[in-house]
Order: sequence, then C-alpha cells, then structure tokens
Amino acid sequence: MFDTSELVINMGPQHPSTHGVLRVVLRLDGERVIDCDIVIGYLHRGIEKLCEHRDWAQIVLITDRMDYVSAATNNLGYVETVEKLMSVEVPARARYIRTILSELQRIASHCLWLGTHAMDIGAMTVFLYAFRERELVLDLFEEYCGARLTYNSMRIGGLPLDIPPGWDRKVRAFCDILESKVPEYEELLTQNRIWRDRTRGIGVIGGEEAVALGLSGPVLRGSGVPRDIRKDEPYAAYADFEFDVPVGAAGDTYDRYLVRMEEFRQSMRIIRQAIDGLPEGPIMGKVPRLIKPPAGEAYHAIESPKGELGYFIVSDGKSNTPYRFRVRPPSFCNLQALPRLIKGHLVSDVVALIGSIDIVVGEVDR
Amino acid sequence: MIETFVVPILKILVLLNAVLVSVTFMTLLERKIIAWVQVRLGPMRVGPHGVLQPIADAVKLLLKEDITPSRADKWVFTLAPIVSMVPALIAFAVIPFDREASFFGYRIPLYIADINVGLLYIVSITSIGIYGIILAGYASNSKFPLLAGLRASAQLVSYEIAVTMMLVSLVVNAGTLSMVGIVEAQLQQGVWYAFLQPVAFVVLFIGGLAETNRAPFDLPEAEQELTGGFHTEYSGMRFALFFLAEYANMIVVSAVATTLFLGGWLRPFPGVEALWLLDYVPGWLWFFLKTFAFIYIFMWIRATLPRYRYDQLMRLGWKVLIPLGIVNLVITATLKVLL
Repeated sequence: MFDTSELVINMGPQHPSTHGVLRVVLRLDGERVIDCDIVIGYLHRGIEKLCEHRDWAQIVLITDRMDYVSAATNNLGYVETVEKLMSVEVPARARYIRTILSELQRIASHCLWLGTHAMDIGAMTVFLYAFRERELVLDLFEEYCGARLTYNSMRIGGLPLDIPPGWDRKVRAFCDILESKVPEYEELLTQNRIWRDRTRGIGVIGGEEAVALGLSGPVLRGSGVPRDIRKDEPYAAYADFEFDVPVGAAGDTYDRYLVRMEEFRQSMRIIRQAIDGLPEGPIMGKVPRLIKPPAGEAYHAIESPKGELGYFIVSDGKSNTPYRFRVRPPSFCNLQALPRLIKGHLVSDVVALIGSIDIVVGEVDR
Repeated sequence: MIETFVVPILKILVLLNAVLVSVTFMTLLERKIIAWVQVRLGPMRVGPHGVLQPIADAVKLLLKEDITPSRADKWVFTLAPIVSMVPALIAFAVIPFDREASFFGYRIPLYIADINVGLLYIVSITSIGIYGIILAGYASNSKFPLLAGLRASAQLVSYEIAVTMMLVSLVVNAGTLSMVGIVEAQLQQGVWYAFLQPVAFVVLFIGGLAETNRAPFDLPEAEQELTGGFHTEYSGMRFALFFLAEYANMIVVSAVATTLFLGGWLRPFPGVEALWLLDYVPGWLWFFLKTFAFIYIFMWIRATLPRYRYDQLMRLGWKVLIPLGIVNLVITATLKVLL
C-alpha cells in the first residue's frame, strides 16, 4: 500500500496548451516526468495522398492547410519545387515579393509562437500584445490577396497578383511599428526573473544531438548550429540580402526563445531591403497553360518559420497530377525531440517545451 | 439588548452582503483591469461598460447543471467548496474598518469583534481555506485535480511559516495581537509599520499572493498545465464558490496587510500635525483606498508575470523567505530589547 507508484496522465488531445490536437501521455513520479509518449494523427487529413489526385495548380491551395499559421511559406516551398522540376525561370520581381511575403509570414508565425509560448508559462499579456502585431500582418496579407489565413498566394512560375499600389509603404510602416514593439515583448520576458527561471536549463539539447535527431529551424539554431537554408542554399531572393543567422549557445528553452526574438529583427531587416530594391517587371515567368512537368523527381527545401520545410515530388511526365507527393514537415521532425527533452523535467516544463519547439499539429499530421 | 444582539447581527449581515457583493464585482474589476493592461476593452455587452456582467455570470452559474462525477467522494466533494469559502468570510470578523462611526446617535465601532488574539485568529482561519483546495483535489478522484491538491499543500507549508514569522516580528513591534490594538500602536508610534518593518511587509505581500493562489503563484489552478487544476471537475455554483473564495481571500489579505502595515484607518503620516487637512477624510475611506490599492496590485501582477514552477516556489519559500523571516525576527527582537 505504501509503495511508490507512477501516475500516467493524458495531456491532450483536448488540453489548453497542446497547440492543437496533440496527445502526450506522461508517466509521472510525483510531478517529475519519467517518460512520455506522443500520439499524433488526430488532425490527419491525408494531404499527401490528396495532392496526388489534384492537378499541379490546385495543390497550392492544399499546401495552405498544412502549417495553417504560415501558409505563404508552404506555398513557396511547393511552387519552387515544381519550378525546379520544370526548370522555370521566375522573374526577379516575383522572387522579391515572395521573399517579402514569406518574411512577413515568419513574423506572423513567430508572433503566434511568442504569444502562446508565453501564455503557457503564465504570462498572458504577451499573448495579446503579440496577436495585436500579428493582426497587422494579416491585414497586409488581406490587402495583398484577400485572405487572412489560407492565402493561396503563389502560382507555379510566379505570383497571381502584383502588389496593390501603396502596399510597400504599408509594409515599411508595419516594420517601423514592429520595431518599437519587439522591445516591449522583451521587456516583459527577457530579463524577467521568473521567465528566466522557467526557461533556463529546461530541455537542454546539444548541437550534435540536435543534428542527429533531425531538428531544424530555431530549435536547431538554439543549440548553436548555424544552419539556415535561407543562407546555406538561398532560394527566392534571399541571396540578394544581408542578414544574420542568430544562434544560441546553451540549447535550452531560453536560447530558443532568444533566437526567435532575434529573428523578428532579421526578418524586418530582410523586408526593408526587399522593399527598397523591389525591381520592376513581370510577375509571371513563362509557364505553359497546362502544367505538366517532365518525368523526374525533385526535392527542394525552404526555411519555414518552424524549420526545414521540404517537398519531394515525383512526376511521371504523363498525367497532370504528381505521381508521388511527400512533405518533410519541420513540426513533425522537431516534435520527435520532445520525449528526449522532457525526460526528468516537471509537468509545468512539458507545456514550456511544447511551446518552445513551436509545432503546428496541422503540419505534424498533414 | 440592542447593543448586545441587534447591532452585532446587523453588522454581520451588512458585512457579509458587502463582502459578497464586492467579491462579485471584483471579478468585473479584474477583467477590466487586465483588459486595460492588454489594450482591450474587457466586458462591454451587459449594461453600460459591462457593469452588469457579474450579475449575468452569477445567473449563468446558478442555472448550470451541478455535476458530481460518479467516482468522486461525494461528501468531501460537496464539502470542499464550503471549506474554502467559509474561512474567507469569517476572517472579516476581526478586521477593523474604522474606530467607530455614529448612526442615528449611536456610536458604533466599525468592526464585529476586537478579540485580543485577532491576528492569531486570522492566521489560523485563513490557513483552513487551503484545505478546500486540497480536499477538492482529493475528492474529485481525477488526476489533474490530484496534482493540484499536492501543489496546494506544498504551497501551504512553504508560505505559512514565512508569513507567520513576519507577523511575529510585527507583534514584537506592536506589543499586541489585537487588530485594533495594532492600528492604535501605529498611531502612538506615529508611523505605519510598512516603514518600520519593510522586509515583513514585502514578504507578507508575497506570501499573500501565494496563499490566495494568485499569479505568479497560481499553481494549483494552472490552467495551461493542469486544465484548471482543483476545480476541473466542478461545475455550476460549486465552481463559482471557489472563485468567490479566491476573491474574498484577496480582500482579506489586502485588508489584513492594510491593517497591519498601512495603519488601517489612519491617514498617511499619522504623526505629522501639519497634514491636519487629511483628517477630514473619514477613516473607513482611507481603509478602503488602501485595500483597493492592494487589490489593484494583485490584479496588475496577474496581468504581468509568468507563473512560478512548483519546485521554484518551494525553493523561494524555504530557502529565501523563511531564513529572511527568522533573521528579521531576531533583529526586531534585539532592537526592541536594546532600545
């Protein structure tokens, strides 16, 4: 009767801080997590298979639904993969606008991450502040393409629309606003004693192990590995811009937080350069009316806000649908580090860690 | 006859109602204050600027289905909200709102009882309240509330000692345990004890946050971790009772802190004759202003700070606050003997 026994609790799939329908089964000793098991699949919609039954142009809008808080980067990854398959030249203006869109998207996604991460740790005001700025990004997207969440904002070979008149000025004004707001978030968190106590030394992972686990994005950079696809294998127009890749040192939750906070600033820097150097010209490359890539396969990865988002697409050259469509989602690959990170920490740290690796279940399950 | 029975009963009735009504409206106040911090409007729909929101909430909660989980310990499950609510209310018995006031020619003291162990009474009564949470966590027969109950008991043992230690050093200063006596001691010495005992003041405030389960020490209800913690399985009015208790406790802690450290009904700088103009403000108004200031800080902190972790809270309690309490007590006692 008086032996110690372990307590198994089910966190999710409906739980206030699992960021979607993620289920984490925790084995606890008191409040200490001994082991955890992640159960995914509650949001599985069969997107990969679905894409094999849609023609090439229709797939863009399905990719919106994977990481639904950063639809523009999903679009970008897909259209660039098909462009690589078809060897299409994309006009410079389109590439610049794509870059602006995906950096705006990164800011929006990081705003959402910051808000929910802080809220999980109990600082609820940051959530409202971050969403206030995210709203401005959504307004910009709405003005550009009419949608606020699932944009369908890119086409194979270019863009559906040119930017509306005056939009570039608004983007610049937004950067100025955000520039003044980021210190506001930092003031609430970065030097906050409780925040540092809650995040420092939590979920430490070294650079080598992070690489071995296949982590990417801010989670990997937090561990000190300077891997950023924007820098290492530039796509869109990233080769034309100057920006730094922030890296952490300790590889804990606090460093991952700092990396993402710095990414806000670097994104603004890229957007400003892109707006300044926005070339004139067409926004669509030479693409046949009926898209039918030649037989072959292509893998192309981009740096989504969450990490390496890769598409592997096989075309048989005959049908007007992909033969095989496979996504390498950053959330899914980063999520597999969770059991490793959680072990030995307390229940309160579980929510901090789920927030820290920044997953979107729509992308984990697809 | 009137003096011994009618007046006290009337006072109790008025006080109970006042507390319950102000508790209800404190929920609105908190929502408004947090909304303003977060650049929102807060409740705006029910009545002008949402002033009738608490009434709508109360009606909603009363009409909700009252569920007892089938595997719960029914008696304890029912008892838990009562255990947390009642101590919060009866603690008001010894809080002096003013020296006395005159009604229809009667001079009536504005407190229900002035017992000579008033402070001891408050310390013992308020620590019963946390049993409500522990019992709720145990009786729900559910895992998240159980964890919350464990956290609540850990919190209780870490903070009660530190706070009590601070109160002892205050008593050394005042020389009495009576709440009225402590205020009068501050009048005689001409200084609020917040200035005489700053360490005790700060620790009592931190301990007050922890005892009322307010952010950043709201571990037992930690919504993001424990899905609401101890009240996960509660619904309807029983659920509401926990919240009424939390807010009532907030008033108790603020009122006690006001009485002990900010001179209760005394005006600022009670010893300075030059500020005689301030004497025209009635004592109870000073009392309410100071209490409100505390409550405001409670809400402000909730909007600003992240939540502590359970082991960090224990560390803060045992390794920082309790040693601080002992040192403070020793220094106070030494000075008292020497001077």
